[in-house]
Amino acid sequence: MNGVHDMGGMDGFGKVEPEPNEPMFHADWESRVLAMVRAMGAAGAFNIDTSRFYRETLPPHVYLSSSYYKKWFLGLEEMLIEKGYLSREEVAAGHAMQAPKALKHGKFDLTQVERIMVRGKFARPAAAPAKFNIGDRVRAKNIHPTTHTRLPRYVRGHVGVVELNHGCHVFPDSAAMELGENPQWLYTVVFAGRDLWGADGDPTLKVSIDAFEPYLDPA
Amino acid sequence: MSDHHHHHDHDHSELSETELRVRALETILTEKGYVEPAALDAIIQAYETKIGPHNGARVVAKAWTDPAFKQALLEDGSKAIGTLGHVSRVGDHLVVVENTPDRHNMVVCTLCSCYPWEMLGLPPVWYKASPYRSRAVKDPRGVLADFDVTLPKDIEIRVWDSTAETRFLVLPMRPAGTEGWSEEQLADLVTRDSMIGTGFPKTPGAPS
Repeated sequence: MNGVHDMGGMDGFGKVEPEPNEPMFHADWESRVLAMVRAMGAAGAFNIDTSRFYRETLPPHVYLSSSYYKKWFLGLEEMLIEKGYLSREEVAAGHAMQAPKALKHGKFDLTQVERIMVRGKFARPAAAPAKFNIGDRVRAKNIHPTTHTRLPRYVRGHVGVVELNHGCHVFPDSAAMELGENPQWLYTVVFAGRDLWGADGDPTLKVSIDAFEPYLDPA
Repeated sequence: MSDHHHHHDHDHSELSETELRVRALETILTEKGYVEPAALDAIIQAYETKIGPHNGARVVAKAWTDPAFKQALLEDGSKAIGTLGHVSRVGDHLVVVENTPDRHNMVVCTLCSCYPWEMLGLPPVWYKASPYRSRAVKDPRGVLADFDVTLPKDIEIRVWDSTAETRFLVLPMRPAGTEGWSEEQLADLVTRDSMIGTGFPKTPGAPS
């Protein structure tokens, strides 16, 4: 979706502000949110792409004015409500009032912590040979899906070169909408900065994205 | 009340609305039997104590001292790191990109916050915030200036936008004047930002 989360190339957000000796968390609640998102995802309440989509669908003014973990919290709460794991009445009351909905992988307990400290595996067997080879010129499709996608706006319509092939992976556009894993080939595609940003762009700049095959046409 | 509830002991009037809402959610998830609070504590503890840039620093220092490891690392980051017993386990599809005198690499996630957690820990706020995400792909030299980093004008800047399952780690150049240094000494020079591409390793002898 063309949401405010798709920020590559936008102007006006100001300077980057590194924080010397930044703490891991700026408040205790941030760490609880991180842990709840990891735990409920691992318990099977949602997949990572769906959780990203819920954050993206926050109203733009909320997205832009909320801190990172606040966005995680708002997305988590809404997602769990919509999926039936809790109700708005429970959220308002601050207590459980209804029977729980069964989790795909059961309760998240201590025995499962170690397993989630490493990223999940998203590689899948290929259903068909890769359409593109290293060195091929490809054009990022000019598409504007209203649902989740990992094709950022700033490359759409532009020609780049396939540089790496990462194999077949779960396709976020499908997985986020719970339409199945629909695995697709994944490539690193590199673009010249001036192709993206015009003649005023930095002549020394190259930018790559990791693009799933359905995002690309031969060029 | 068990240890993991120590954070509930304050007067609620001191708490922000967000904090109250987060606590309420945890209460509901616990009461419904979805999560065990002690497991949440353990997740947080792991991020606070085990997972951090020291993991990436060890990998970089090893690559600086062992050409065969460096080659393996650039060919398949996850596999090469998997051979090191003394760093955190790493997920699939970690790609290590090497800085050279001709090319400087920088990593961003314009769409959200993709980051090599196992190697660098949780990302800093600036990495996840709008200024960095919006500008890194269009004006990386301007972004680097915000970090007081200046590169030669003719050096290529390669920005890796982490839009999919791949995670990227920058292998910075080994600082001059470190001949004969041990891996442990070298690892102390490797900063988190140097592995994102928004900084350089520390200079030997400079105050840290």
